[in-house]
Amino acid sequence: MKYMVLISGGETWDGLSEEQQADLYQNIGAWWAEQVQNGRILEGYQLQGAETATTVRRDLNGNVTVTDGPYIEAKETVGGYAVIDVPDLDAAISLVSGWPGPDALEIRPVVERDG
Amino acid sequence: MTDSGVHASLEAILRHERARLTGALVRILGDWDAAEELVQDAAVAALEHWPAEGVPRNPGAWLMTAARRRAVDRVRRQARYRDRLAQLTREASQMDGPMETGGPLAADDRLRLIFTCCHPALSREAQVALTLRTVGGLETAAVARAFLVPETTVAQRLVRAKRKIRDAAIPYRVPDGAELPERLGEVLAVLYLIFNEGYLASQADVVERRDLARDAEWLCSLVVRLMPDEPEPMGLLALMRLHLARAHARFGADGSLVLLADQDRRLWDRRMIDEAAALLERALRIGRPGPYQLQAAIVAVHASARWHTDTDWGQIVALYDALLRLQPTPVVALNRAVAVGELRGPAAALAEIEPLGQRLDGYHLFHAARGEMLRRLGRTLDAAAAVRRALELTANPAEMDLLRRRLVELEASATVA
Repeated sequence: MKYMVLISGGETWDGLSEEQQADLYQNIGAWWAEQVQNGRILEGYQLQGAETATTVRRDLNGNVTVTDGPYIEAKETVGGYAVIDVPDLDAAISLVSGWPGPDALEIRPVVERDG
Repeated sequence: MTDSGVHASLEAILRHERARLTGALVRILGDWDAAEELVQDAAVAALEHWPAEGVPRNPGAWLMTAARRRAVDRVRRQARYRDRLAQLTREASQMDGPMETGGPLAADDRLRLIFTCCHPALSREAQVALTLRTVGGLETAAVARAFLVPETTVAQRLVRAKRKIRDAAIPYRVPDGAELPERLGEVLAVLYLIFNEGYLASQADVVERRDLARDAEWLCSLVVRLMPDEPEPMGLLALMRLHLARAHARFGADGSLVLLADQDRRLWDRRMIDEAAALLERALRIGRPGPYQLQAAIVAVHASARWHTDTDWGQIVALYDALLRLQPTPVVALNRAVAVGELRGPAAALAEIEPLGQRLDGYHLFHAARGEMLRRLGRTLDAAAAVRRALELTANPAEMDLLRRRLVELEASATVA
């Protein structure tokens, strides 16, 4: 069963010293490498900040508009993602609970099509 | 046997067997809707056969055989379920065995069903509806009536919950090890919510609404039977029974709410109280105290007092101290303060109640308790203002009625003064 995990940075990060942030990044890096190695994380990336986002909208007639910023103006934006492969939701919750950062992680099953 | 006689006994049998039947079929078919339909089909088959043939000696096994036959038919039509067909055949002998003793297989199926219904990835409303429908066997319409919401709302909740179980792959399992305490807490929270929904409803409402308190008590006793080594389900069951044993004294002849201090304790069911206390003893001997055991212990102290004035308030405050350590919430602190009021007087209680105002300003019982302490201190006008605030914050008819009566008394004594 594949799930997409959307990671949103919590406000806690802002109150941390550079040193504390560096420590957390190191823990996250080690955790990530471990999950990739044991095959639970198939792929994923940390994303550049929302201020670097560009949104492209397309309608049925093929008209395209390009705007600055993410498509949802929200306080919590996606800061990274991982595609994981685990047996079921309990396994996904248990895996994601080990994420070392003070963040919110949304677990969404992906639509897997046959063939 | 008459048709209506068969109908009544089938209803009673289904109440006990439904979770086991549905649970086994969910495990094998992995499809909640199909499992529920098959159980329904088996019940219809029973209504066809039993009036003529009599109720079978082992009705649970009969129903399981009927449901399994229909499951095999269904699975045959779908080639991709071939491995499940093999499983159905393999388990046939086990399922045909006596249902009364059940065995670990059947017990696990019911537990799996309960834990999946109460999975934290489902909303509380969905957990409640699924548990009542699938484990408790209530019709969708009955669940809707009990919670005073439209039937379509409940139906939608059930459809969405079952879809999420399937699409997000919520597993059909009993959590183990480190996961268990939290997940069991989730199950017990659902059962206690169902209980309170029934218990807090006023007597006038109960005539219209299903007795959810009894449903919750039944579900909780099922969890106790299935997890005999866990003390918290026992604690919750004791708590429910201690409340139920005193239910008759909670309402006056005119249907109005009677507070604990004013209840006619001769109306309490002493035997039920003693049995619940013994159950609580058993839980406490396991040596893993928890919030439900402590709450039951508090109620047990109340229930053991022959008169309100005999109540051992020192012990109640000590139990609240222990509960507050496990659950440091302002509501527990408020209840503790009320007990302090009985032990050391209204001034001591008020000193503990006032600091809670910031967090409990929207909670009617905060203002009700504050009003009561102010009344005892003779601050009648302040007391009346607090009771008025409590009245604004509750919609429960029985509680509103009680608060109004208190307000009338306060206003009368204010005029005299």
